[in-house]
Amino acid sequence: MAIDINKLSWFVAGEAGYGIMTAGQKFARAMVLGGLNIHTHVEYPSLIRGGHNSFGVRVEEEEVKCPIQLYNLVVALNKDTVDRQKDIITAGGGIIYDADEITIADGELRSDIRLYHVPMNQIIKETEGAIKVMRNSVSVGASIAVLDYDFDYLAEAIRGVHSKEQRGNDIMELNVAVAKKGYDYIKKNYPNDFIVKLKKLPRKKRMLVTGNQAVALGAIKAGCKFLAAYPMTPASSIMNYFVANEEKAKVVMKQADDEITAINMALGASFAGVRAMTSTSGGGLALMTETISLLGMSELPLVIVDVQRPGPATGLPTRQGQGDLKFVLNIGHGEFPRILIAPGDINECFYETFNAFNLADKYQLPVFIVSDKHLGVSFKSMAEFDTKNMKIDRGWLLTDEEAKNWHDYKRFMVTDSGISPRAVPGQTPIFRSSSDEHNEYGEICEKPDNRDAQEDKRFRKLDTAMQDIPLPKVYGPEKADVTLVGWGSTKGAILEAIEYLKDDGIKANFLHFVYVYPMHTHWVKEFLSNANMVVDVEENKTAQLAGVIREFTGFRIDRKVLKHSGRTFYPSEIYDRIKGVYHGYY
Amino acid sequence: MVTINDLSTGDYVPDWCPGCGNYSILNGLKRAIVKLKLKPRDVLVVSGIGCSSKLPQWIDVNGYHGVHGRGLPVGTGAKLANKNLHVIVVGGDGDVYGEGMNHFIHALRKNVNITLLVHDNQIYGLTKGQTSPTSMKGDKSTTSRRGNFDDPINPIALAVAQRTSYVARTFAGDLEHMTDTIADAIAFKGFAFINILQPCVSFNKHNTFVWFKERVYDLQKKGYKPNNVEKAFKKAYEGWDSGWDKIPLGVFYKEKKPLFEDDHPVLAKTPLVKQSIDNISIKKLLDELC
Repeated sequence: MAIDINKLSWFVAGEAGYGIMTAGQKFARAMVLGGLNIHTHVEYPSLIRGGHNSFGVRVEEEEVKCPIQLYNLVVALNKDTVDRQKDIITAGGGIIYDADEITIADGELRSDIRLYHVPMNQIIKETEGAIKVMRNSVSVGASIAVLDYDFDYLAEAIRGVHSKEQRGNDIMELNVAVAKKGYDYIKKNYPNDFIVKLKKLPRKKRMLVTGNQAVALGAIKAGCKFLAAYPMTPASSIMNYFVANEEKAKVVMKQADDEITAINMALGASFAGVRAMTSTSGGGLALMTETISLLGMSELPLVIVDVQRPGPATGLPTRQGQGDLKFVLNIGHGEFPRILIAPGDINECFYETFNAFNLADKYQLPVFIVSDKHLGVSFKSMAEFDTKNMKIDRGWLLTDEEAKNWHDYKRFMVTDSGISPRAVPGQTPIFRSSSDEHNEYGEICEKPDNRDAQEDKRFRKLDTAMQDIPLPKVYGPEKADVTLVGWGSTKGAILEAIEYLKDDGIKANFLHFVYVYPMHTHWVKEFLSNANMVVDVEENKTAQLAGVIREFTGFRIDRKVLKHSGRTFYPSEIYDRIKGVYHGYY
Repeated sequence: MVTINDLSTGDYVPDWCPGCGNYSILNGLKRAIVKLKLKPRDVLVVSGIGCSSKLPQWIDVNGYHGVHGRGLPVGTGAKLANKNLHVIVVGGDGDVYGEGMNHFIHALRKNVNITLLVHDNQIYGLTKGQTSPTSMKGDKSTTSRRGNFDDPINPIALAVAQRTSYVARTFAGDLEHMTDTIADAIAFKGFAFINILQPCVSFNKHNTFVWFKERVYDLQKKGYKPNNVEKAFKKAYEGWDSGWDKIPLGVFYKEKKPLFEDDHPVLAKTPLVKQSIDNISIKKLLDELC
């Protein structure tokens, strides 16, 4: 039996209310405490109890780019999990389950799958004070034993997760105790039995962080003092993080009564001179449309976060998709400049959100952070963000002294750069701002020459902003057999797929758009024109990025690898389909 | 010290119809600012869209003229960002009770220290005479050919029902009462709401200056005290079932409540806009994730 060391994918599932998320976090943290790295993959339907929730953890020695499709070890807390997930188990993989509750008939599963019975219900019954939900800890304890890992890390992880959630010492220690019983049961009954083993490495300081937390942290670091938002999956954890850290971070989170209120409150704070943000998902963003146009007209900075989920309408509220690209590019009536940033991983969620605030202030316009459910709610272990070289740039925001000495102040002064001097109320001079077309003073003015001058000025800001917009990033060899094109959170899966292709002798590279708009059109056109074979990879139905590239550059991408099932791409899927495209199968 | 002339926008003059009630409301607001000796740079007037919402254009204090119905959340955000500003939100009956009704109801319960002035002319003016949320039952308009079927909003009753911290009504045809009420509302520490009866000379031929003058009376002069929610509720309906034969003006209800911005630990001392954002350390937050 060939044993894999420190290469694992582990999975726990059951009904909502079974403590699936907590079990997953305990397992993930135990890995990190032993010096290993993880990436999680969470799936859940839009309900509070029942249904099928799952938490996958991929474990590696190095930083993990993305989750994968198949799992070595599956914890089934109900029969439904066995029925649904039997095909995601790798050859020789295993299922941990309670045979007293779940009956698996002979021949029901592939013969290579190992079964690990753990009497979870009995352990709970025999442990004074334990309750049924603690089966999650029993099962994680059993998993640690199957994987031949150190139980101490799990005990430390359980205590860590529980102390964060402040559920009290008794409950915490009970969880450790039942986990140990699960661990002991496996050690006694199934010693040295599994195809994967975990070996501790020197412990490094690692965060376990989600994309939504990274966005919130980037905003806090950028001096965003005010977040107004309305709850919406999968964006809500941004507002939750803000409010949980209000006093520590000295920020204010105001829960709004709807998304229209949220963005208008944020706009008001921005007008008054405070860095502000709002966060939502597609449907909430749709409600914000009119005010986004207002931001454009009154030239106010605001960072707007769209954590995408698949639409249309309510769509798949808890699932994954990249369907909002064209919507965000065109959101708002009339024409006005904007910047669209789509982070590709959790690091980029942090650094690009920080940068979004600088760009918003410098160019006095709305900046969109377009992330998605996969980025937003997946945990990843990583080194702490390096904040050493992060500099705040508020652009042409007048100091009190500058404002006081400014005679004949024009808030909307026509300039070559398109950027006008920005005062805030409370300073001298007094100024006004109107959603009507206005003259340089902010007074309503409908004269044709003035309209041209103001609208041209607003759009000149985009030309000026190009100096601060990075080129799309190229990963892999400069010259390649096939060039993959994508944006946002597919980055991890695509980078891994490129490695698989390399093993097959196909040289692939990847053009990744984080800054989608404004676009470096000439550069993009030239890069793509020089590529041997270009394939667009996106998680939507209509290949929106390919459409946008064609609109701005004229370059047409005919080959597309698309997924719009509401689940994220796995690297193996991209690999398979790129190979098919490359060999001309489709 | 600020004078009425200091608040003038000079050659940039209002484009309201001659005789419009908005002129006197603008005048009343200016007088209230002078009366309270507010510095113009510390005053921010926020509005939505409509005739009344053009007001920030023609008073020399800071102004933000946004989109229809959204003055309240913009004003709330600005106040939370800089609580040293005197934030006055203005809008019409269509703006606040139609497009912005959700913001109105929720603003009543937030108790952020801002002042809301609703120019209630019971008609859509700028769009040329459509029925509004406060148009009287039976009144004809370009969109109510057979007469308005819908019951009008009773904004005073709504605000009293929510035990709003300051609820008042005044009349654009009584400059003195209006000036005093606006000044009182701005000086009040809490969310203060004034419904201002404002004749529309172009489109509302029913609720005219004369019509109002024959009906309004001053609650406070009759010895009414605004400290009882049940009495306030009753007063809010005075005239409601009798063709508005009597319309009370003055403060209906007043209640001191804690302010959101005083209660919030991050807002209580320094205004957000004055808090430095250079070199913010997130070290503790990052360590917590480890």
